[in-house]
Amino acid sequence: MIEIKNIKKSFGEKVILGGVSGKFEDSNNSLIIGASGTGKSVLLKCIVGLIKPDEGDVLFDGRSLFNSSISDVKKIRREMGMLFQGTALFDSLNVAENVRFPLDMLMGQLGDSEKNDMVMHSLERVGLEAAANKMPSEISGGMKKRVGIARAIVMNPRYLFCDEPNSGLDPMTSIRIDELISEITDEYRMTTIVVTHDMNSVMGIGEYVMFLHQGLKEWEGDNKSILHSNSQALKDFVFASKIMEKLL
Amino acid sequence: MSIFEDLGKYILFLQSTVKNRESLRVYPPLILDEMVKIGSNSFVIVAIVASFIGAVTCIQTADNLVSPLVPLSVIGTICRDMTLLELAPTFTCVVLAGKVGSNLAGEIGSMRITEQIDAIDVMGINSASFLILPKIIAACIMIPALCILAAFLSLMGGFAVAEFGTVISPTDFIRGIRDGFRPFNIFFALTKSFVFAFLISTISSYKGYFTTGGALEIGQASTHAVTNSVIWILIADLILAKLLI
Repeated sequence: MIEIKNIKKSFGEKVILGGVSGKFEDSNNSLIIGASGTGKSVLLKCIVGLIKPDEGDVLFDGRSLFNSSISDVKKIRREMGMLFQGTALFDSLNVAENVRFPLDMLMGQLGDSEKNDMVMHSLERVGLEAAANKMPSEISGGMKKRVGIARAIVMNPRYLFCDEPNSGLDPMTSIRIDELISEITDEYRMTTIVVTHDMNSVMGIGEYVMFLHQGLKEWEGDNKSILHSNSQALKDFVFASKIMEKLL
Repeated sequence: MSIFEDLGKYILFLQSTVKNRESLRVYPPLILDEMVKIGSNSFVIVAIVASFIGAVTCIQTADNLVSPLVPLSVIGTICRDMTLLELAPTFTCVVLAGKVGSNLAGEIGSMRITEQIDAIDVMGINSASFLILPKIIAACIMIPALCILAAFLSLMGGFAVAEFGTVISPTDFIRGIRDGFRPFNIFFALTKSFVFAFLISTISSYKGYFTTGGALEIGQASTHAVTNSVIWILIADLILAKLLI
């Protein structure tokens, strides 16, 4: 379980997060949603430790990310996998080398064949074993996202983070990526946090949804109750698309 | 950001490249890779610039020494000392600040804005140490080596003028190069090139590592990397000249 406690973050005078708390349970697809500029990505970066919050802490199964020794933080980090919005694949490495990168860096004790097996297993899991020798520039956006997922799960992480996994993808590929994230979460029994503003994702995989508005947690619940919320800000967000109104 | 804040951030950045670094086995292949990139990509430009500068130095020195009381071999001596003391280390490093510095800042800046550095950090790897330290070590090995090459080719440029021109005979040029040679000058040139290599690699990496924004900012980071490197090379040149000569 990941617990965030009163996360506050400002950049200069601008308050981005005004004190956000919450719990993300194991084996759950937890979604952080909100309009653009509400601090979703900043919150995710605070959770993974890429940005240090001004106040507050993040606990990974009770272990603090910001009040631990550097070696303990490294241990926590090595239990994380992350899919970035732009996939963040290394341009100079092919698909298999990208997926193998964390193994080479962090699992030096493993042999080459063992590492290759793990890479191929991850690629098979996302359906990309045939693209192992292609360069990132030679594959589509959806395939890049899947390579990003394969790299994130190759170390068998306990925590998976996805920043806007559907951005720039067509609706069908988006749904496929959502399903993949959901399946992997169940299969690996991970704690998964997805930042998105895609209502299809919310309705498809949102077992726990946290809605951010103006840097604060406005609402939390599951995707079934989101349509019946009393929060005006959430209603404005959810029903921005007329299609959602027809679901009611 | 004030110059002092910038300097403090730069020092902390340098500290982060050696603090909590990765396992030592990770670095040798990365250093070799960077050495090949810096060396092979800069060899041609260094060779061209050094040869021509050496030839021009020889012609211009000869043109200015018109007194019949001054032996012609002095042209060779002046070319040698100018090359070793200033042209080979400083001029070559100014050229490399443009070539290597902009390349480093662009590469690292591009990794920053495409979140590749964040991806390394999230894996629990010290990105500064993993990405920057091999570049600094490689630059500190290869740039002095390129300066040695530049010094040799610069003198060969001067010799070519003596051989194929009419301003000085090859015998006088060689005699001038040998007269009053101080081995300390080699040490001085190598010390300068090592310091300049450190400045180019660290300043350019620093500018790239803290790039924010997009493609426009990568270009700006590269420009700042080159201008800052050149300015600090000239400042260090003056300080080293005062300290060591």
